[in-house]
Amino acid sequence: MSRLAAAFAKGHPALVTFVTGGDPTPAATGAILDALVEGGADVIELGMPFTDPMADGPAIQLANLRSLGAGTKTADIFRIASEFRVRHPHLPLVLMGYANPMITRGAEWFAAECAQAGVDGVICVDIPPEEDPELGPALRGAGVALIRLATPTTDTARLPAVLEGSSGFLYYVSVAGITGMQQAAQASIEQAVARLKAASDIPVAVGFGVRTPEQASAIAAHADGVVVGSALVDIVARHGADAPAHIRALTSALSQAVHESRKATA
Amino acid sequence: MTVAPPAQTANSFRNQPDERGHFGQFGGRYVAETLMPLILELEREYRRAKGDPAFQAEFDDLLEHYVGRPSPLYFAPRLTGELGGAQIWFKRDELNHTGAHKINNCIGQILLAIRMGKTRIIAETGAGQHGVATATVCARFGLPCVIFMGATDVARQAPNVFRMKLLGAEVVPVTAGAATLKDAMNEALRDWVANVHDTFYIIGTAAGPHPYPELVRDFQSVIGREAREQLLSRTGRLPDLLVAAIGGGSNAIGLFHPFLDDPGVKMLGVEAAGHGLDKEHAASLAGGRPGILHGNKTYLLQDEDGQILEGHSISAGLDYPGIGPEHAWLKETGRVEYTSVTDTEALAAFQLLCRTEGIIPALEPAHAIAALQKVAPTMDKDQIIIANLCGRGDKDIFSVAEHLGVTL
Repeated sequence: MSRLAAAFAKGHPALVTFVTGGDPTPAATGAILDALVEGGADVIELGMPFTDPMADGPAIQLANLRSLGAGTKTADIFRIASEFRVRHPHLPLVLMGYANPMITRGAEWFAAECAQAGVDGVICVDIPPEEDPELGPALRGAGVALIRLATPTTDTARLPAVLEGSSGFLYYVSVAGITGMQQAAQASIEQAVARLKAASDIPVAVGFGVRTPEQASAIAAHADGVVVGSALVDIVARHGADAPAHIRALTSALSQAVHESRKATA
Repeated sequence: MTVAPPAQTANSFRNQPDERGHFGQFGGRYVAETLMPLILELEREYRRAKGDPAFQAEFDDLLEHYVGRPSPLYFAPRLTGELGGAQIWFKRDELNHTGAHKINNCIGQILLAIRMGKTRIIAETGAGQHGVATATVCARFGLPCVIFMGATDVARQAPNVFRMKLLGAEVVPVTAGAATLKDAMNEALRDWVANVHDTFYIIGTAAGPHPYPELVRDFQSVIGREAREQLLSRTGRLPDLLVAAIGGGSNAIGLFHPFLDDPGVKMLGVEAAGHGLDKEHAASLAGGRPGILHGNKTYLLQDEDGQILEGHSISAGLDYPGIGPEHAWLKETGRVEYTSVTDTEALAAFQLLCRTEGIIPALEPAHAIAALQKVAPTMDKDQIIIANLCGRGDKDIFSVAEHLGVTL
């Protein structure tokens, strides 16, 4: 069983956590990732910084700027990933970011680097299924999962195209908008998750606008996973290199809420 | 001799993009999933509009009576004499309502927005010309309008900010990144993704996700169609060379496209070399390489990791680190030649046109005029060049004065 599949087969919903790689510095990211693991995260998303994060709200935009301002290079991201893999052989690690840094040396190069660093999957914000040839074949060829996004505007007619060639999990973006802003209505999330799960066997994780253990618990009662990003990135913004202790505390509260959500509603 | 451009054939340069919105390896639809259904709907609606005589008739009527088309094709005798070579003719799109070619595209896109039932318009702007043109059509059709503009540009383009506000638009200063055009475009995309249900994004240049490069080109091609007819009726022949400045490239593709299948017509696109190609500049074709940004694959100024670099030009309208994907393709096919001129050369050309023809050009077409200074003298006196005078210079007199060391 792959690391990603195992993360969604623990008998409870998965907590998926996002932080931007290289924020506040490349050297500080390792300890922040360790704090996520210690707090009970089941899947780690490591953001690749980009100058033009068009799908992100202010929190993650600023994280991208801090990271690039600290001199983070693509090589640093792969080094952070490789070192994480040595320390945590079993926890899935996913890279998330924008197309240009991923394809700039060629998709084959990027996919090979992912495989070598022990990266399990890739989420690319601005390569929709229509442009899959740009990145998808290279990742699949290297055994790296291409994790696609579905959104409130992804209608039933489009859904098969989104699912085709995607693996690992399906990331449901619960609001039509950018990261870290408002949360979707619980009822609309439940309907969407039911629709997605009826169309596919792969796990569905829900994100965008999820900040608190209470929100995460309510979603986890219905979804296979819950993604939290901006709330964690905000902690890095506030505490910088001292962030790990605070990250660990929020992650613990989130993971407990997510892991026990089915019991709470049972 | 026929007036219409030659029919398209299998070998035509005029049948791009393909059904996936690609111009060779360029173009495409690199957007977030949230926007994909809307992009596909826009493409379907544009196909229907293109085949609808009523849509075309309304577009033509507004261009004639509101914009003031056709714009004149003007033979410039004193500039021709000064440069001592080929005859120089200007396509006078600076005489359009709002003072630039941008309005052609805005008329077309707002008609599409209304067809699609959208009730709110957003746009990005750098120098403010596209923002003013968008605010203008929104006032004309009574739709609310939000313009995203980098905070740096808001500060240095105060007259255009005031114009937009007079026209009823809300101007949102964008402080993210370097606070210029690229960041304004990011912010417009963020707004759009959060308001897809009621909002239409009027993109200002022939770039962005398919079908924008195609539809902006089609709306701007009125420039080249008119120029072709006008020159044929005046001289009975086609031009030897077309020259146009390029930021994103909408005025250039508008002039070039109707001539692409005329093998005797050469074309020259002029990028902004800023302080020089070895320093800060905005010449994506000369100094960039292919990558993905703002919905399309094209030449971009970027570092080895694919991080986007800031462009620099004296002309805020050319100050963008990318270029429309059709230009990237036309460069690779060799059909169009591309060159670049520096801030200093553009500034000199700006003054040359003022002095010789009594026309104050915008700094964008001043780049095309600077290229004319190099190429016209190398051509015979019976040859003809058409250059696109895509905007007037009223907006630029403050920054020109500053560069010339004059206090107003």
